[in-house]
Amino acid sequence: MKQDTDMNRRQFLGKAAATAGLAIAPGVMLYEAQARPADQAATSKQRWGMLINTAKCEAGCDDCVTACKTENGWGSTETKSSPEQQAQWIRKVKLTDKQTGHVQSLPLMCQHCEKPPCVDVCPTGASMKRDDGIVLVDKHICIGCRYCMMACPYKARSFIHEPLENQKPHAPRGIGTVESCTMCVHRVDKDGTPACVESCNDKGHKAMYFGNLNDPGSEISLQLKKFGGEQIRADLGLNTGVRYQGL
Amino acid sequence: MKTIRYLEVEGRSMGYYALLGILGLIVAAGGISALYMEHSGHWVTGMTNQIVWGMPHVFAVFLIVAASGALNVASISSVFNKKAYKPLAPLSAILSICLLLGGLTVLVLDLGQPDRLVVAMTIYNFKSIFAWNMILYNGFIAIVAVYIWFMLERKMNVYSKYAGFTAFFWRLILTTGTGSIFGFLVARQAYDAAIMAPMFIIMSFAYGLAIFILVMMAAYNWSGRELGDATVNRMKNLLGVFVAAVLYFMAAYHLTNLYASENHGVEAFILKDGGIYTQLFWYGTILVGGIIPLLLVYVPACAKSRSSIALASILVILGGLATMYVIIIGGQAYPIEMFPGKIVESTFFDGGVKSYTPTLAETLLGVGGFALALIMVAVAVKVLRFLPATMADAAVDPHYKAEEASK
Repeated sequence: MKQDTDMNRRQFLGKAAATAGLAIAPGVMLYEAQARPADQAATSKQRWGMLINTAKCEAGCDDCVTACKTENGWGSTETKSSPEQQAQWIRKVKLTDKQTGHVQSLPLMCQHCEKPPCVDVCPTGASMKRDDGIVLVDKHICIGCRYCMMACPYKARSFIHEPLENQKPHAPRGIGTVESCTMCVHRVDKDGTPACVESCNDKGHKAMYFGNLNDPGSEISLQLKKFGGEQIRADLGLNTGVRYQGL
Repeated sequence: MKTIRYLEVEGRSMGYYALLGILGLIVAAGGISALYMEHSGHWVTGMTNQIVWGMPHVFAVFLIVAASGALNVASISSVFNKKAYKPLAPLSAILSICLLLGGLTVLVLDLGQPDRLVVAMTIYNFKSIFAWNMILYNGFIAIVAVYIWFMLERKMNVYSKYAGFTAFFWRLILTTGTGSIFGFLVARQAYDAAIMAPMFIIMSFAYGLAIFILVMMAAYNWSGRELGDATVNRMKNLLGVFVAAVLYFMAAYHLTNLYASENHGVEAFILKDGGIYTQLFWYGTILVGGIIPLLLVYVPACAKSRSSIALASILVILGGLATMYVIIIGGQAYPIEMFPGKIVESTFFDGGVKSYTPTLAETLLGVGGFALALIMVAVAVKVLRFLPATMADAAVDPHYKAEEASK
């Protein structure tokens, strides 16, 4: 008798699950078909990059910074640290030409170098570059030596000086480890766009592009081919994944 | 030359226990500071995302550099076969191990995640000079430990020369590795120079020998053993040569930088406009750590006095710490040149000179590492026979002639 009851419950659960599955399947299928499955490694078919048009980047605007803070949960989480100690994944930089007085504004973050100095100097390999060009820190093996921060020409990395709470599940952060822009890897792996680029475009500024530099047909590649794009500290030969127009 | 007889220090006097007590207190203060920093996070230190390496690194790098130099005396006896240095080779070797352990302790305790040291010991990125340094430091301790064993164990004495050779080459590579931590940094104007590696080697000679002279004098004075003039004078002359060589390398480094206009900014910062860094460079590195010690060891009026030799050694150490401060902190305080020809401003303090105010905790951690090294030496010379029973000229100086002494 008991066995029958169990069977019935199983059958019911099974049918319910199948129905639910059918109901959401179209959306899921569409989504999964484009995104890279979780069990497949990133490949060098992609080289994810960004292009920033400084002519369209307004001085007072920091929509990209706000979007990054909201997406990755930094900015108001460090209450004990001084401003010099607080993490910044992306920041707006104002440039004034010493000779001409020409003023420019641009966002600065990890440049996702092809030959990243932070990865070279990291003793444990916690600083790493994925095959698709995204430079990340593995928080599990980062010992907090900060050599990567000494080596980064863009001052793109931050060390966490205090215990943190309420982190975003997709952007783990931790005391005593180093972090930086992840190019919103959690979004990119699901065929999304980094939060900063999305925000810049949604707000109508359209100063930032994101895409696959290895795909000659991608919008970012076409833009770069037509109008060019410079690297910050190109002399270092790092071949950055983030390029700037009008620098 | 007679056979050298080695003896432990008795280590039962009030003075000995007072020494252990004072050093122990400093070590404890350093330990408590480290716990406090680890428990709270680095926000309680003066280190920031702008100045990422601070006072602990000044002391740690100084101690690691000095460790290699403390082996000078042993190397001169084994590699260059100078008999006058042989009696003190074991002390030189144990001092170098202790200094290295002191420096490494500071370095490890300053890590954001010191509990992950095992990760650093097991996962290596061989493109990183840091990873190489882990191997170089551990290897150094192992090689010098074997060297000490060969020197102290009579049956193994014949092999000590080979161990000495190995240790000598290893220490040169080790200090090259330490200097290259800065030499390999392309991002910052003050670093990225091949001269860093040889400059660190010559600094190690000076700092290590200065510490050795002081430890030797203290050990012999406080244990009531005789320390002959021949030994002390030989070492102070050598110290003078090393100090002069450090000044030479400093001049070569800055003059080379001054020739290229891209480096004028950072050079003006260190040499002229850098406030504390400029003062530490001229008064610390050049005057206190260079010119005054040179005068103390070479001007005939004071050159033979033990006090002036000890003072010269202390000044070389203080100058060395100032040098490390200027290189490590000053090198970070000067803004990274990201956009040449532009004034750079941002919420992340781009463009401006970075400020650093070390807190008590991080300073105590650094000083604690120094004290840890010294307390280990103090215990080692009591437990094992590192010190010759006498360093009187008649007993150890190969050029000693009785008739000269009687004149």
